[in-house]
Amino acid sequence: MTLQVIWFILVGVLLTVYAVLDGFDLGVGVLHPFIAKNETERRTLLAAVGPFWDGNEVWLLTGGGALFAAFPALYATVFSGFYLAMMLVLLGLILRVVSIEFRNRVESPRWRAVWDWGFMIGSLLPALLFGVAVGNLVRGVPLSADLDFAGTFLSLLNPYALGAGVLGLAMFVVHGALYITLKTDGPLVKRAWGVAVAAWYVFALLWVVLTIVTALTLPERFGNLMAMPVVWLVPLFTLAAMASTFRALRKQQAGRGFIASAATIVGLMGVFAVSLFPKMLPASNDPALSLTAFNASSSQLTLRIMLIMVAIGLPLVIAYTCYIYRIFGGKVQLSEEGY
Amino acid sequence: MDAVLLARIQFALTVGFHFLYPPLSIGLAWFIVWVEYRYLTTNQAVYQAMSRFWIHILGLLFAVGVATGITMEFQFGTNWAAYSRFVGDIFGAPLAAEGLFAFFLESSFLGVLLFARRRVSKGVYWLSTLLVAIGSTLSALWIIIANSWQQTPAGYHIVNGRAELTDFWAAAFNPSTLPRYTHTIVASLVAGSFFVAGICAWYLLKKQHVEFARRSLSIALVIGVIFSLLGLFTGHYHAVQVAETQPVKLAAFEGLFETTPGAPMSVFGIPDAAQEVTHFEIGIPKLLSLMVHFDPNAEIVGLKAFPKDEWPPLTLTFYSYHLMIALGMYFIVLTLLALYLHASKRLADSRLVLNLLLYSSFLPLLATQVGWIAAEVGRQPWIVYNELRTVDAISAVVPAEQILATILLFTVVYALLFALTLFLLGRTIRRGPEGGLVSQEVAA
Repeated sequence: MTLQVIWFILVGVLLTVYAVLDGFDLGVGVLHPFIAKNETERRTLLAAVGPFWDGNEVWLLTGGGALFAAFPALYATVFSGFYLAMMLVLLGLILRVVSIEFRNRVESPRWRAVWDWGFMIGSLLPALLFGVAVGNLVRGVPLSADLDFAGTFLSLLNPYALGAGVLGLAMFVVHGALYITLKTDGPLVKRAWGVAVAAWYVFALLWVVLTIVTALTLPERFGNLMAMPVVWLVPLFTLAAMASTFRALRKQQAGRGFIASAATIVGLMGVFAVSLFPKMLPASNDPALSLTAFNASSSQLTLRIMLIMVAIGLPLVIAYTCYIYRIFGGKVQLSEEGY
Repeated sequence: MDAVLLARIQFALTVGFHFLYPPLSIGLAWFIVWVEYRYLTTNQAVYQAMSRFWIHILGLLFAVGVATGITMEFQFGTNWAAYSRFVGDIFGAPLAAEGLFAFFLESSFLGVLLFARRRVSKGVYWLSTLLVAIGSTLSALWIIIANSWQQTPAGYHIVNGRAELTDFWAAAFNPSTLPRYTHTIVASLVAGSFFVAGICAWYLLKKQHVEFARRSLSIALVIGVIFSLLGLFTGHYHAVQVAETQPVKLAAFEGLFETTPGAPMSVFGIPDAAQEVTHFEIGIPKLLSLMVHFDPNAEIVGLKAFPKDEWPPLTLTFYSYHLMIALGMYFIVLTLLALYLHASKRLADSRLVLNLLLYSSFLPLLATQVGWIAAEVGRQPWIVYNELRTVDAISAVVPAEQILATILLFTVVYALLFALTLFLLGRTIRRGPEGGLVSQEVAA
């Protein structure tokens, strides 16, 4: 296995862990003005994500840094090409950070209401736009001979990509709602179950529609599946995770449901990866221009050194992240310090 | 509209605003490590109150630092795609490493500081303060490694029009990494200590929270004196390196046009690039040669020895550098004076010095800003010194109007952020260490 393939997988792993971890924060953020009916409930939801969102977001920054380091040509093309979309994601992430951090520092209900909506919008923008970005990557974008993006901002908001955006949003909502059932008590949990089921249906419907559309319009995305039957395990795993999420929703099993929705996210990222590999950004106008793990990568030396860094750093990160999740284990109790 | 100019304005705006927060966070984090250590060893309640209060403020500063830091990582790709392609093989790795080795540590354990005082033992809590401080300090290391490589690139060769790594350690610890890193960390400690000292001086002036303020102040002043003085040494170390590796930048700092043996150290002047002369020049004879080469008669290369299109913008570079030095000297004098008065128990009665401390709270941030401007503007016209010009580094596909639109957006958002941060900071400070820092009550 070459270093480029390893890094294709590693960047995927970093972004997948990000999607699983920040996925529940984003889901809680999107949901909270709708399912928290009073101040105590709003604070409970905020306290449920309070100690974690920041560490979770670092997975995105590390994934982004790894993308820059391992595939600079891809990073440059995607970030400059998707300029306005990236700025919207950025705005969302900034709004989310400050909303979480500012909200409880002033008692006024009006002040808090503003930041509650800030938290919602700041979560909604990234939750939706990540899916839109994935949709565009799967669909491919026009590239110039200099490997620069040759489309427009509006062309990124095509139905296929928007469908993928809503699919991602629904997935994060399911995941966030399940997190709420896991970390809180009482009426919040009841409402969260209701939302999770509804969002799951939206998610499953879009999944079927987008799969059919992809099969009809982009058959080449099934190339790896056709070439190597063993790869079918990836979509099958995803389907099993989806089904298992649905079963847990029906039986209201919080822990099982949360693990299953996490597995669904992992599966979807896997499907995304196998549909593209080795491409990372297919050129819709001329396949020869596509950016791949091989033509967009850094030098072998850089990839090797980064691999050493990951081998040293990642186990440490995983170890203390687990430790910290254990410190904050159990249901949220509101008499504590913090937000 | 000129896309290059707009992209530069956007970068300067976003990095300048971001760079207000990390130095304060780093300085404050180490201050908190010491306070929490005192609590661990003495078990006195006042240290716990101090730690709570300063952690509450750290949480706010850190959040704004994070919010504005994400922009930076996006921006290399969005606005500087040609640069990203050119340096990606080298520049991306430290950014990824920052996440992996520093930012995870800082963010994760800050969660413990903010939420888990009652869930972990005192020892673990203290360890968490230490890990946050180490994380923030390492974070600066990786960022400065990346930035220093732009200043003094090393450990690479050019292949197919891009820089490729040949030697990781040479690239990471390129000639300017350590001088710049030590100087930045020293400046951060100064920034943290002045921030604490300023707030405490205000309490003492108002005769509020006197015990809290006195103890915080004595720690802050000791840190302030030590690191203001250390700034002399790290600054000198850095200047010697600039003289060796970026002589044109040193000449711009000093407004030195002619190559001069026994060059003076400039104290004041008005550099004039058009006439190639510095007006009203006042300097200390031979000092520059002595400082840089340890020889009063050594030759210092002047600007005229370089092609004029490789000169950095002189006015901004010259004044930023001089203002930084003047501020550095002022910090030494002020902290020494305040510490002397404090040690002889007269500080609480000296309204003048307390007022000076109060109004100097944010001056180290001015110093770090102008220091950074001197370093980065002094690197122009290069984005990677002697390898890639800034004009050749932007994203070809982003139209100027879109950059202008996002500049306006960032200006509005950051101005709001700044106003809100100051408002919340002021509120926390007015309420003081006893005033219900974090609303712990559960509303009905």
